[in-house]
Amino acid sequence: MAEDAAEGGLNIHPMDQFVVKPLFGGTEVNWYTPTNVTLWMALAVLCVVLLLVVGTRGRAIVPSRIQSVAELAYGFVYKMVEDVTGKDGLKYFPYIMTLFIFIVFSNFLGLLPMAFTTTSHIAVTGVMAMAVFLFVTILGFVKNGAGFLSVFWISAAPLVLRPILALIEVISYFVRPVSHSIRLAGNMMAGHAVIKVFAGFAVVALISPVSIAAISAIYALEVLVSFIQAYVFAILTCVYLRDALHPHH
Amino acid sequence: MATEETDTNGDGLADALGVDSHSAGEAVGMPQLDFSSFPNQIFWLVITLVVIYLILNRIALPRIASVLADRAGAISNDIAAAEDLRNKAVEAEAAYDKALVDARAEAQKIIADAKADIQKDLDVATSHAEAEIAAKTAESESRIAEIRDGAIDSVREVANDVAKEIVSVLGQKADANTIKAAVEQRIKS
Repeated sequence: MAEDAAEGGLNIHPMDQFVVKPLFGGTEVNWYTPTNVTLWMALAVLCVVLLLVVGTRGRAIVPSRIQSVAELAYGFVYKMVEDVTGKDGLKYFPYIMTLFIFIVFSNFLGLLPMAFTTTSHIAVTGVMAMAVFLFVTILGFVKNGAGFLSVFWISAAPLVLRPILALIEVISYFVRPVSHSIRLAGNMMAGHAVIKVFAGFAVVALISPVSIAAISAIYALEVLVSFIQAYVFAILTCVYLRDALHPHH
Repeated sequence: MATEETDTNGDGLADALGVDSHSAGEAVGMPQLDFSSFPNQIFWLVITLVVIYLILNRIALPRIASVLADRAGAISNDIAAAEDLRNKAVEAEAAYDKALVDARAEAQKIIADAKADIQKDLDVATSHAEAEIAAKTAESESRIAEIRDGAIDSVREVANDVAKEIVSVLGQKADANTIKAAVEQRIKS
């Protein structure tokens, strides 16, 4: 918001796009209030239904275009889960697919002008990251009992180093949900805020061509980032899941 | 985006500096850290994720999995069928080749038979012709011999007559047998 003061005439509010507002007037945001969060999450659900349910309703052996995309998404996540966690991770594939498809659609919907990006909120990504963290930790202990603790005990390292490494591993383990969530929210927020800042500069005739070119470039980058961050979130989930299923390195 | 209703100049700066003056809906430094909106977001997030999970798990994923399995099955079936057809084609080609070889052999046999038949006929005809020629030759020779004998007799007769005339012209009487003997002697020599 420093731009307000510096530019004087410019009114640049890059963070306003992230404000949670009730859909039907009023200012009160209760836990049940339908807000722009509700709207854009509902749109994400709608996109999921259109792509994965309506798009595949033909069940064609030779797929239509949209069915190809749905199959591509399925195959992409399926292969990722299989490659990273192994065959026994495949029964968690629907959960990872849910996370991936939600994030990827939220990210892309957020790129529409006037859109609200649900995944730019730490509350959203944090809940997902904590859910993954708790699920994986509980699953690790259920599957391996106390043997899950060996995930911290690097048997490949020299014996002297192992306690130190164990400490580092424990710390990094508990930092996982933080980095997991902030990576996604931070990427989405930063990109959108930067686009907004450049859009604010576009009202000045002198620099507007530069500003518009910059918006185009950053928008292209954001399209890439939207997909990559969804992919990163999903693949890290797979990695954590693998640790829970196979704690012995 | 909708900046109008939050267009309160100066507030943003104050927020950025950490002055906690935002009422609900006002511009804040980082809406992400506005904890009053957290329950709302988490509530809708959980609902969204559960709905997506149910849609995926109940409808979308089984359907796509079955489509992919069907396709894999269809493809492997088609490949097997193609393999079958290819084997059949190879068999058919072998049968065709065999038939061709047989037909060639048959044709060779027929040609050889025909040649032999023709040769036989030819031989018969040749020997026939030769026999006929031999018979004709023999006949001709006998006729020539006859003619020659006839000619000699005629010559002898003429010689006798001529000799008798010559003798009678010379004024001597010659007996026919003497003349005949003399002519005979001359002809033989």
